[in-house]
Amino acid sequence: MNKPRVAVFDFACCEGCQLQILNLEEDLLNLIAVIDPVEWREAMSDRGDDFDIAVVEGSITREEDEERLQEIRARSRTLIALGACATIGGINKLKNRFDLDEVKRAVYGEEAGMPHLETARTKALDEVVHVDWKIHGCPINNREFAAFLRALLIGAKPFVPNYPVCVECKMRANPCRFDYNEICLGPVTRAGCGAPCPSGGFWCYGCRGYVDEPNIEAAKEIMKHYGRTVAELRSRLLLFGTGGGRTS
Amino acid sequence: MSGETRIRVRHVTRVEGHGNIEVRARDGRIEKIEWQVPEAPRFFEAMVRGRSWDEIQPVVSRICGICSVAHSLASLKAVEDAMGIEVPEQTDRLRLLVHYAEQLESHSLHLGYLVVPDLLGVKSIVPLVSSRPDNLRTIIKIHRTANAWMELIGGRMTHPVSLLVGGFAALPSEDDLVGLKKSIQEVMPELEALADLLLGAADKLPEFERDTEYIALSHPDAYTFYHGDISSSDAEQLVDIHEFESVANEYVQAQSTAKWARWHRDSYAVGALARFNTNGHLLGTRAARTARRFGLKQGCVNPFMNNTAQLVECFQVAEHGLELIDELLSRSISQEKPEVRERAGMGVGAVEAPRGSLFHRYGFDEDGRCVSANLTIPTNQNHANIQKDFEALVPQIIHRGQDEVRRTLEMLVRAYDPCISCSTHFLDVRFV
Repeated sequence: MNKPRVAVFDFACCEGCQLQILNLEEDLLNLIAVIDPVEWREAMSDRGDDFDIAVVEGSITREEDEERLQEIRARSRTLIALGACATIGGINKLKNRFDLDEVKRAVYGEEAGMPHLETARTKALDEVVHVDWKIHGCPINNREFAAFLRALLIGAKPFVPNYPVCVECKMRANPCRFDYNEICLGPVTRAGCGAPCPSGGFWCYGCRGYVDEPNIEAAKEIMKHYGRTVAELRSRLLLFGTGGGRTS
Repeated sequence: MSGETRIRVRHVTRVEGHGNIEVRARDGRIEKIEWQVPEAPRFFEAMVRGRSWDEIQPVVSRICGICSVAHSLASLKAVEDAMGIEVPEQTDRLRLLVHYAEQLESHSLHLGYLVVPDLLGVKSIVPLVSSRPDNLRTIIKIHRTANAWMELIGGRMTHPVSLLVGGFAALPSEDDLVGLKKSIQEVMPELEALADLLLGAADKLPEFERDTEYIALSHPDAYTFYHGDISSSDAEQLVDIHEFESVANEYVQAQSTAKWARWHRDSYAVGALARFNTNGHLLGTRAARTARRFGLKQGCVNPFMNNTAQLVECFQVAEHGLELIDELLSRSISQEKPEVRERAGMGVGAVEAPRGSLFHRYGFDEDGRCVSANLTIPTNQNHANIQKDFEALVPQIIHRGQDEVRRTLEMLVRAYDPCISCSTHFLDVRFV
């Protein structure tokens, strides 16, 4: 059997999700044994032509990057969006709340008009091309990544949880962050991360996007019960671009 | 030499982010040498405006997947500076401990996964699975240990969750620290094995020297990664971190979406070699011995030796990390809850990220909302120096042919361990 040709690419992002792939350590070697890694700029000097699976990290923030993504799409049979920047636009979507010319001036000052500093509204990958699968999170959970790839390699459908982070948080026996007078996005955010943030003593900031049908009424009730406002919840939702964009 | 040399490397591989190299020469006469940075800018400094003081760390951690702890710590220190918060000694020590974990993680990633293939003449670590399994196991063990160390204190390998303004959201137990101590002790022989591997290939590092200004944080008592003021090899006086803009003097170049920096000369360098040159006399025993094994001495101006300085620092953070754990265990861990009273103000935080000096500045209104941000990133400070190194190096090696010139320039870029995502994602900002 021919090994599937796999390539990794990135756009505007911190490359932390690719780092999670490297962080598989020994398991990465097992993975490499069953695939043919043909292109991965961050880790390899080889270059490939076409791919069975393209793994793409990052958001699209420039016209030239839309073209590059379309070209990658044309060379790939299956395209996976890797991490929040790629799946929902992630932290890069915070930029969309501002006037873009003002954003450029704020960062580059008088030089903001130089052509190479051009920027556009941030898009998730599926706002530009068809995306076959999304692996959520900021950063991704690398065990979820490995399970995803294993499923695709044997022709099975990868498992994507459609229940909120609260489920995994309860399984780790964490006290509820609302009891600490914090606003936590666990009740509406898609699980699969294993709830590392509430387990580390921090509120969920919704990096994986909403579940398919978030129980908004229940979330409102929670806010009311703890004497918090929906406006406060909305402000937190903006952090990772979960204010918009589908996650499945 | 006759004929034409044309080198166009679009996206240098085995570095973090997108960088290009362009060289053009005819009959031995050099017409163009450029280090270019086409990475998409991300405008973080504009994006944090309007966010609450407790949302700054989760946002700016995302500047960089490889040095998220450094960005987190610089931002926490800046918020604390703005709001007049003093952190307890235990928090200070634990932060340094998680900061060390990231230095080891980042340096071992760079040396093991990105540089070793150059030294062994392969294109990635993939061929080493069969040709050098023992070496690969060494690299993996160091990297895995560093990641587990980071997760234990920070709550996650990348983008830490437990680091808060004023303290920690969750603290490691004393048992955790005892376990960590054991794992660091066990990684020491692996670090020696990595040193042996690199020493065996040390002759592959080009001999190239260019007199350079080196900048790093400096503190009288420690080989510092977290405290102190700004030191330059060109200046006798230290500069207070609050004056960092007067050091970096950032400016925009047409060949780069990342800003460049200069102080006393056209360019300067930050990073492991800059720290070694500044603070090398304060290294611990094993780190100092490793420097001696490689013939690395303070005052070194060969940029390729940044790789060696990173190795020396792997020993340093492991060695001093063990001391920190003993210090923490001797006092036992106390459950401290950070308390913050928000107020208007402006604050600065500085740390040594794995790639060099990192500065964050934020302004807040009376509700604790961020109104301004200015971040100066290590790799920004190195871009101009990479260009100046290119200009000095290419005439020396142009006769060796196109492939060799390209390979050497790629190795030079890699030696700086550039974090291009970081450097384009953060540039200069005007204050409102």
